[in-house]
Amino acid sequence: MHPISQPVVKKDHTEKMAGSAEYVGDFYSTDMLHARFVRSPHPHARILEICYPELPEGYCSVDHRDVLGENIVHVVEDDSPVFEVDEVFYVGDPVAMIIGPDPQRVKALAAATEVRYEVLSAILDIDDSDTVFFDYHYGRGDCEDAFSEADKVYEEQFSTGYQEQAYLETQGMSARYEDGLLTVHGSLQCPYYVHGAIAKATGLPKGSVRVIQDYTGGGFGGKEAYPSFLAAQLGVAAMKVPGKDVRVVYDRREDMEFTSKRHPSRCTYRAAVKDGRVTALEIDVRFNSGAFTTLSPVVLQRGIIAAPGVYHVPSLKVRGRGLRTHTVPTGAYRGFGAPQTFFAIERLMDHIAADLGQDPLDFKLAHAAKKGDPTSTSGIYHYEVPLPEMVDKVCEMSDYRAKRAAYAKEQGRRYRNGIGIALWFHGCGFTGSGERDFIKAVVGLHKHADGTVEVLACNSDIGQGIKTTFSKVVAAELGIPYDQVSYGNPDTSRVPDSGPTVASRSLMTVGELLRRAAARLREEWVDGQEQSVEEHYHEPDFMLPFSLEDFSGDAYPTYAWGVSAIELRYDSLTGANDIVGCWSSFDVGTPIDLAIVTGQMEGGVLQGLGYSSMEQMATDANGRIRNNSYSDYIIPTSADVGELAVSMHVVEFPFGPYGAKGAGELPLVGIAPAFVEAAEQALGARGINHIPLKAEEALEYLGAAQKEAHR
Amino acid sequence: MSKTQGSSHDGATAAVMSAANEAVTTATLPTTAAPSVRAVSVSFVLNGREVTWEGDPSAKLLDVLRDDLRLTGVKCGCREGECGACSILLDGVLVNSCMVAAGRVGGTEVTTIEGYCTTERFKVLDATFARRSAVQCGYCIPGMVLAAEALLSANPHPTEEEVRTGISGNLCRCTGYNAIVDAILDASKEGEGLW
Repeated sequence: MHPISQPVVKKDHTEKMAGSAEYVGDFYSTDMLHARFVRSPHPHARILEICYPELPEGYCSVDHRDVLGENIVHVVEDDSPVFEVDEVFYVGDPVAMIIGPDPQRVKALAAATEVRYEVLSAILDIDDSDTVFFDYHYGRGDCEDAFSEADKVYEEQFSTGYQEQAYLETQGMSARYEDGLLTVHGSLQCPYYVHGAIAKATGLPKGSVRVIQDYTGGGFGGKEAYPSFLAAQLGVAAMKVPGKDVRVVYDRREDMEFTSKRHPSRCTYRAAVKDGRVTALEIDVRFNSGAFTTLSPVVLQRGIIAAPGVYHVPSLKVRGRGLRTHTVPTGAYRGFGAPQTFFAIERLMDHIAADLGQDPLDFKLAHAAKKGDPTSTSGIYHYEVPLPEMVDKVCEMSDYRAKRAAYAKEQGRRYRNGIGIALWFHGCGFTGSGERDFIKAVVGLHKHADGTVEVLACNSDIGQGIKTTFSKVVAAELGIPYDQVSYGNPDTSRVPDSGPTVASRSLMTVGELLRRAAARLREEWVDGQEQSVEEHYHEPDFMLPFSLEDFSGDAYPTYAWGVSAIELRYDSLTGANDIVGCWSSFDVGTPIDLAIVTGQMEGGVLQGLGYSSMEQMATDANGRIRNNSYSDYIIPTSADVGELAVSMHVVEFPFGPYGAKGAGELPLVGIAPAFVEAAEQALGARGINHIPLKAEEALEYLGAAQKEAHR
Repeated sequence: MSKTQGSSHDGATAAVMSAANEAVTTATLPTTAAPSVRAVSVSFVLNGREVTWEGDPSAKLLDVLRDDLRLTGVKCGCREGECGACSILLDGVLVNSCMVAAGRVGGTEVTTIEGYCTTERFKVLDATFARRSAVQCGYCIPGMVLAAEALLSANPHPTEEEVRTGISGNLCRCTGYNAIVDAILDASKEGEGLW
């Protein structure tokens, strides 16, 4: 293990432990105004009239007429309004806001605001969608030939559900306009995304907008784009009441129903098999984008690039569509499109292996890409692909092979076990050339006269420990004690734009810039003097330039790798399962802090286990989310997994600090297919190709298997 | 399947549910004002100090602590008794403060993280949570620490399974729980004699 992997006490440990860290809802001021939204009750309707109740002194309404800049919340495209003007597109679409000093009264006034609508027809299912937001195609080789020469052709459809980030702290934002300066602080991942969105909506020059990240109670992607909406809406409101703080903190139900979550997906895969090998894949990926584009193009890009999984398949034809429905816009969630397609490819490989009478793990290993092989987009796996060693490790930890054989035999009447295994990667950092063409990250270091060094960057610590790992990298490179380096919550008035806190990029990409900055500062170091250095992003020379036109080239500089085995025990009376264990090996390069990385891996695995089965989110006849509380959107507790074990495998990445690669998203990505493979074995079922897998369905599979056994 | 999250289909939940629904339906302002509530005076010991609070006895203790008494270490995660972020000790018993009416706490001892963090027991947990890097986003932590205290004071030498059951009413979305469980087990050893 590299010396830098040695755990330290996290920079933000003390204040979080003692409850003194201030999250946005914790700030207090005597003249605080509270905000409450007036939202559409219809999935699609024309707004005819907004009638506000008589507003007492100190209370006011805010709607599109108050937007002084453009009525646009900029995400990737510009189709989302700050407030709707004449039409609403999903249940919960914001029409107006009421602000005032007493939160209860604000709530009552928002509820008393009458909006007259003409209800229009709504499209709630992607099968019915008539609007294709994004339609991407790529491929290589000759699929037609491969399918015509195939011994056998397989076709299967896969579907995945919503997943809610369920961060413990709901979304919240606070804004104040004073002396020409609009200051916004809140729970967010990307200070400069928020900054740009506010400037556009308010029409203020960028220098008149200041964004500060507060302590943030979890993000997982949910606070990547959504805070731009809240900040634009509150910024507009704050400019109406200069000199006052205007704040909104969502209640849990509002957060679960109306903020972005993981795209539900439907994928159709066709595979050509010749001489026991998959020679071609034709893949059609469809994601439910909801009412607006938000992050769908980039989520979809990552999803389709990952669609063939870790396998080297000579011929590929891939299509991906993001489809509009009149439902809540979907967006970023840890894994960002890849959990959906990895679910599909891993299940497909399992099912083909079963049909061919082969062991699924051996079948997968025989197809796994190796260093030097082409990636799905005709880039190259430039670095070692450590899957065989990682599979060996997971087999050893889980006793996978012996259990897989044992559970294939007759089992007891009541309890039935099964074990499954999945292989996956996560492309590290932004997809394609985003880092080079759009983000252009800048970092700085400021050395004070007393020798303490401050990190100047805007990546937010949302629990993943970036304050600690940035500080460790800088301290190590400078050869000074960790305590001598500090990194506070980002404030755009003080720090440069080092890019968003997304895509498992912060430590690998921004951390490397900081390491280079520290190396320069070390060279230039003069005792007793204040000194500053700045560093800019350059794309590593080895990369094959990526083109979004035809999806060709290196989509990622390198890959993080994951292998997990999951064992389930089903109760055939109730259909409920116990997760006996989940054993994983992960390669995220050098762990900059082993305890932090282990915590990230374990937390991601647990979210993946939730995604597989217990986290269920249904919608009503209007497409509105029904599972809107922790009472009926069930996330895992401390008592839900028997053994959750993680082992780290290290393939160093020379362009990441001390060999680090991307880490945060990886562990969630491939959990669901391993879970369902285990369920399939335990239930004696075949061809399970959807998640979440419910207990009621487990009972049906068990019943069907028993009938077949008695036949 | 989750085995430990309790049901909360009670009156408080129903009230929150209807309020949430109002936010998206067009409604009219009630023509009659809500019946006025008589404020009561409630005296209790808060983090070792006698306090007297006046207000609606049906107010949630969570709101009283956060908004009126400015103890914002008590976090709000759901307001309906499911997540445990607002956990406090009421006469030494772990409760969700969002599920306790303010009128109920007269004559009791209430401990929040602000009071607990001055104790010797906290120092032990602080050290073990630090060593295990058990704190990620931090939002569940004040409640989690008090859950650990409630567990260890009832059972100073818990097994891993007992720890997992003991904190199962406190949701954490970041960690996967292993580091928290290990930190509590470490504390039970290193704090020998304190609990």
